Order: sequence, then structure tokens, then C-alpha cells
Amino acid sequence: MSDTARTVAGKAFTVADTQPGRRVSPRGSAFDYAFQALCFAAATALLASLGGVLVSLAIGGWPVLSKFGFGFLTGKTWDPVRDIYGAAGPIVDTIITSAIALLLSLPVAGGVAFFLTELCPSFLKRPIGTAVELLAGIPSIVYGMWGLFVFAPFFAAKVETPLMSAAPPGSMWETLFSGIPNGSGILSASIILAIMILPFMAATLRELLNTVPAQVRESAYGLGATTAEVVLKVTLPYVRRGAIGAVMLGLGRALGETMAVTFIIGNSHDFPKGLFDSGATIASTIANEFNEASGLQASALIALGLVLFVLTFFVLALARLLLRNPEA
Amino acid sequence: MATRASPVVIARRQIGNAVFVGFCVLVTAVALIALALILWSLVRQGASGLNLNIFTLDTPAAGSVGGLRNAIVGSIMMCALAMVIAVAVGVLAGTWLSEYAGTSRYGSVIRFLNDVLLSAPSILIGLFVYQLLVRPFHGFSGFAGGVALAIIAVPVITRTTEDVLKLQPISLREAGVALGSPFWHVVRTILWRAGASGMITGALLAFARISGETAPLLFTALNNQFFSWNMTKPTASLPVVIFNDALTPYPDLNKLAWAAALLTAGAVLAVTILARIFSKEPRRS
Repeated sequence: MSDTARTVAGKAFTVADTQPGRRVSPRGSAFDYAFQALCFAAATALLASLGGVLVSLAIGGWPVLSKFGFGFLTGKTWDPVRDIYGAAGPIVDTIITSAIALLLSLPVAGGVAFFLTELCPSFLKRPIGTAVELLAGIPSIVYGMWGLFVFAPFFAAKVETPLMSAAPPGSMWETLFSGIPNGSGILSASIILAIMILPFMAATLRELLNTVPAQVRESAYGLGATTAEVVLKVTLPYVRRGAIGAVMLGLGRALGETMAVTFIIGNSHDFPKGLFDSGATIASTIANEFNEASGLQASALIALGLVLFVLTFFVLALARLLLRNPEA
Repeated sequence: MATRASPVVIARRQIGNAVFVGFCVLVTAVALIALALILWSLVRQGASGLNLNIFTLDTPAAGSVGGLRNAIVGSIMMCALAMVIAVAVGVLAGTWLSEYAGTSRYGSVIRFLNDVLLSAPSILIGLFVYQLLVRPFHGFSGFAGGVALAIIAVPVITRTTEDVLKLQPISLREAGVALGSPFWHVVRTILWRAGASGMITGALLAFARISGETAPLLFTALNNQFFSWNMTKPTASLPVVIFNDALTPYPDLNKLAWAAALLTAGAVLAVTILARIFSKEPRRS
């Protein structure tokens, strides 16, 4: 780009110049190289910050990783007093809460997106669409607070206690619903996460569905397809790749979410036994313990961060690859 | 052979469609009600804690009267620092991606990693800056907090800058260059101006994003009970005050946390709405 630009500029000047054939660069063009270098440096700074995250986590986590090796990932004990660190609890909790959140959130987000693109009367489209997009920007700590003060007491009284007393003793349900019915725990955290990623996924899915050409949709209707058939057999398959990407993006958010989860998961490092049991995700463990940690514990928390980085990097990279060309 | 769908098939399709439509309407209603409930409890609980003390007094110990002055000022200082860094780096990086990178391999790698960084877990950014700026200099500081927030804001600005500049027609660049302008001058006086509204939108969205961030501040800026302009020392911020006060068992501190949450969410919403006004066209993600 810049090379052609300079040549063109040079020629323009030769015409005006008294000495034909001599190329004169416009005044100030010496800075061109500096400007390009500056822009390049800024772009490289981006790469450096992502690389820096990885390298700093690897260095900081090395003492624990070298001491426990693979056992760090599989160990179930997290005991700062005896300096034994196994991250299986937080890792499993992170994956479970994110998976449940995605399962709960996906059908609702899909429903909202379908409603907005196919069913919504046009005078409601803008307000509801805008509301969904604005809600996607609400800081996650607000969701966390709501979870702690409003949702948890309600959930404990109206859902957990009845379910626990209704579960037949000795059955699978009793195991699943075991824990302390205080409103915080793995299932509550998953629900809050689901509510938090809902507007985000709905907004992304809606944007994707809006990229389907009108002719495609109209020809499907023209063939006599019902709304359900148009959405499920025509428009959704049309943006299939992108839709999977959007879901992965939501998953990436859920995996790395800190504040919404820390408030309500109960913060216990024991391996989870049931859905109402307290847990601790990777992010919530770091948020809770890092400031009081030193030595091997700090290193263990940074190593946990490295695990989270690798986990989310793959999910997000996949999401972006799929979203890049949503129709392929 | 002319076929006609049997009434049974038609009925089945219609019922299926009714179920689908009903489901979509129902979940939309449920989702909107749930989100409205969250906003409602935020406004109700937050508004009851709002008074003049919030802006004139500093964060209290449990049991005494206090406000959020130090946290508000700390948040503004750190966000301002972050935005200065992020706009400088983000605009230049976006310009490089749009004007210089072309289809080069390095350009597409940066573009891709920028997208990943866009939604990377913010707590990891906090850990990174802790290792980079807090540990070597032996202390939490507002500067470290600002840098952590900047790293979160840069990808947003880079992305919007690149998108906006790419929308500008080639003839605009050629016209500037044909007048004898060096290319950096064309970028500065023509392209950046032509894309100004889009770039401002990007900056506002980035600002909205970082003003509610809590996780990256926990290990970088920490917190400060007292009012201070000094950014080389631990600095209070609204999100961290929310986090600390909400988890205490004291009702007055909880109330303060709600007020802080209302202020933060209100600021974020206001900035997002402002960004939408600035963008002439629908935002692309």
C-alpha cells in the first residue's frame, strides 16, 4: 500500500519539478517509515501481551508443575497447609459449571434469537434487540451480586430444600442433589453463569441469523415451509459454522468468568459430590486465594491460571476460526 | 403424479410449528423477565443506598458512615490511564492491520490472536500484570491496574479501528497521496478523520468493557481505604469495593456495594448507549 502510494506521490511531484525525471519525495515522507514502524510495533505489542500472559504463567507456575508433574492435574487434594496441590477439583468444577450453563443457556438464547429474527413484530424488534445487546454489556459482578443476595436465598428455600427432601433415600437423585441447601453451590453457579452468557449468545446468534440473505428465507417460505422449518432447516444450517462458533465463544466466557461465579459457588476445593455441593472453579480459586498466597501456593494458583489459559485458548481459537467464515 | 400432502402431515407440521413458535415466545419472555428482575433489584437496592455521602465520603469500616469517593476517583483514574494507553496502541495496531498488513501471514496471525485476546479471561490478564509490574516493583499500584485494564481494552479498539478503516474507499487514500501528501499524513488527516465516528464508538465500547472489570484489578491495584491521587500506591476502585463489601456480613457495607454496583452498571449502560448513538451503522461484532 505505502510503496505504491509513495511512487504515485513521487510522480506527481516530478511533473511540477523543473528537472524532469528526478523523483522528489513529498516533504515529511521521511516519517513514513517511522510511522509504519510505530504501527508495526503496536501490532506486535498485542502479540507480545498474549505471549507474555502465556510465558509469565508458565514461569510462575513452574515450581508447582515441576514438583507435582502430571499429578497436579489429577490430584484431588488442595491443601495449602501441607503444601499439597492437586487441581482436579477446580478443573472439573470449571468444566461442569460451564457445561451446565451452556446447556441451560443455549436453548433460551436460540429461542430469543429466532424470536427476534422471525417472529417478533417489527415495532418490538429494535427495543428488544437493543435491550439484549445492552444486557450483554452489564458487568459480571452485578450478576454475581444478584446471585448472592437475591437468587441464592430463593433457590435454597424453593428449589434445593424441596428437591432434597423429595429425593428417595439411596437413589441416584439423592446423590445428585446432595450438599448443603444454602443456595450456593455448583448448580447455582451454573444458573447464574447461564443467565450471564444468555444475552451475549443471543445477540451473537441474532447477528448471524441476520446475515442470511432475504432470498434464502423468502424462497423457503415461498415453498410453503412453516416458521419452524425455515429456521431449523434453512437459516440455521446456513450459518451452522458461525452458530457453533458463537456457542464456543459463550463457552469461552463461561470458562473464564470470575466474578459471577466466585460469589455463589461456595468456594470449597473438595472434589464435588453433588449438584448442590460447594465447589470452586479455577478462576474463583485464583480470585479468592491469590492475595493471601505466597510461595508454593502462589505458584499453584498461577499454574491453575495456565491450565485455564490453555483451556480457553483452544475453545476461543476454535470459536474464532468457525466465526471467521460462518457460511463455509 | 400430482401429490397432495395428507391432512395428517399438514396437521403434524402445523402442530410442530406451533410448539416451536410457542417455545420461542416463552423463552424470550422468561429471559426478558429474568433480566428485568436483575435490573430491578439492582435499581431498588442500589437507589436506597444512594445519597450525597456516596460522593463526599470514603469507604468506611464496618459500622461507620461512609461513601465511595475514593473508589470513584480511583476507578476514573485507572480507566483514564487505561484508555490513554489503549487508544494509542489500539489505533496504531488497527491502522497497521488495515493499511500495512495486507494479506501477510504475520498480519493474519495478529488479527487472529487479537480476536482471541478479545475474550480471554480477564483474571489471567491480572495475573500477568501482577508478575510483570507488581512483583518486580514490590507493590500494588494504580498504574498496574491501569495497565491491566489497558490490555483488556486494546483488542476492542484494534478491532474496531481496523474494521472502520477498511470501510474507507481506496480512492480516499489515492486522492490524498495524489496531492503529494506523505502516507502517514494521509492516514492521520484523512483516514482517521473519515473513520472518527466508528473509532469513537470502539473506544467507548472498550471503556464500557473495562469500567466494570473486577478480576484484573484484584491483584494489581488491590484496594485502598483512603482517598488518594497517588497511582504508585494501591488504588481503590468501584468493582473491587463491590467485591469486598458484598462478601462481608455487614448490612451497611452490603448496601454500599449495591450502590456501587448501580453506579458502575449505570455508567456502563450510559457509555454503551452513547456508543450506539455515535455509530451511524449497526455494530458488527
